[in-house]
Amino acid sequence: MSSEPTSTVRLSVNGVDRTVDVPDRQLLSDALRHTLGLTGTHVGCEHGVCGACTVQLDGRPVRSCLMFAASAEGHEITTVEGLGNGPDDPGPVQQAFIDCHGLQCGFCTPGFVTTIDAYVRENPDPSEEEAREAISGNLCRCTGYQNIVRSVCRAAELVPEREEDA
Amino acid sequence: MKPAPFTLHRPRTLAAALELLAELGPDAKVLAGGQSLVPVLNMRLAAPAHLVDITALPDVDRVESSGAGVTVGALATHRAVEHDAGAHEHQPLLRQALTHVAHPAIRNRGTVVGSLAHADPNGEMPMILALTEGHVRAVSSRGEREIPAAELFVGPLETCLEPDEILVSATFGAAGAGARTGFDELARRSGDYALAGVGMVLATDGDGAAETITGLSAGFVSVTDLPERLVLDEHVAGTPTAEAREVAEAVAAAVREHIDPIDDIHATADYRRHLAGVIARRTFTRLARTNDRPRTQEAHA
Repeated sequence: MSSEPTSTVRLSVNGVDRTVDVPDRQLLSDALRHTLGLTGTHVGCEHGVCGACTVQLDGRPVRSCLMFAASAEGHEITTVEGLGNGPDDPGPVQQAFIDCHGLQCGFCTPGFVTTIDAYVRENPDPSEEEAREAISGNLCRCTGYQNIVRSVCRAAELVPEREEDA
Repeated sequence: MKPAPFTLHRPRTLAAALELLAELGPDAKVLAGGQSLVPVLNMRLAAPAHLVDITALPDVDRVESSGAGVTVGALATHRAVEHDAGAHEHQPLLRQALTHVAHPAIRNRGTVVGSLAHADPNGEMPMILALTEGHVRAVSSRGEREIPAAELFVGPLETCLEPDEILVSATFGAAGAGARTGFDELARRSGDYALAGVGMVLATDGDGAAETITGLSAGFVSVTDLPERLVLDEHVAGTPTAEAREVAEAVAAAVREHIDPIDDIHATADYRRHLAGVIARRTFTRLARTNDRPRTQEAHA
């Protein structure tokens, strides 16, 4: 489609300033995965229900499938890649999922990690009920959620510890 | 690519946005938080040729509250209004209902005014605007007008807005002195659209132990075609709050009689009607018996 309208977008992704040319209709989720190669952000339902594509927009969790990349101009995006340094050096929320066996197939996990990272910074001592509410917008078909709830509470311990160490 | 092709415009001033809408006419849709519009585009239920993204407009994200009401700018998110202390003080129905709007990640991006423009009778915000007898301010390059809730909503997902107009703010009526508000709904899963929901405003004479009910109004989610305000005074006025239980069934019956739910894959019309009656009865009795904490009392199940 040669007539596809495009935009040049400047945004920050995981602390790095990026300039990308995107079709106007490209979702932020697809721009992250296809244009920037950040495939940690997963795409499930693509209409805002499953939560797999959740990223942080200026520090707050949002659905990257419900936003166009062109609307992200001037914003800071944090994806799951920005919340850890790979398998040998996981971030605190990733470590909490490892500690509590909070994942099985892992498809939904990036959306949980971005959601929980923002949540425990806002609510550093969640009850189990609050932890459930915090993840109510993310679907997991493997775990039955019990271990993800534990992971939220574990993450609330690990995030401040890591920040003290830093 | 999920949506059909379109050109996205991102104006930096309200004047530029209005000029674009005037020029593009019905081929353009206004995009704010996009939490209702983008799913519609992703499923190709709509295919506008142009989107006018208003998220770069300055100074339209304010929340201002007073005894006259709570005025919410076009870009104030659900989250911002939910957490706004002044908004909660002057119209507690907002926070009471907003906690039921989808999930935190949706409320971080979705806007209250966008929910009004979407005019979904399954949505909480249109109902609160109708129940509090609020209004919106619509602006176009032709001028501006104030539209009362009762005129804004003309059908499911349909408003009286012209294609060149932008809703720049909405004003929800304040809960007056002595008024108590409550909202509750039932959904299959947390954050889903409600099978039925009821918001209520109860007014009393505030006379301590001898307190008497002076008025009751209700609004509904998912069980009427249009967001609206039902006045229930005739069933409750003059009843002491201590005896509210005795008129609660009359309130529930009036609600069941008034609403017009439909059958769908989630529930039958009869079941929704039953639920709305139960929620109305419970919300009413809960509000009536909490006379030691007027106004800011939250009524949740």
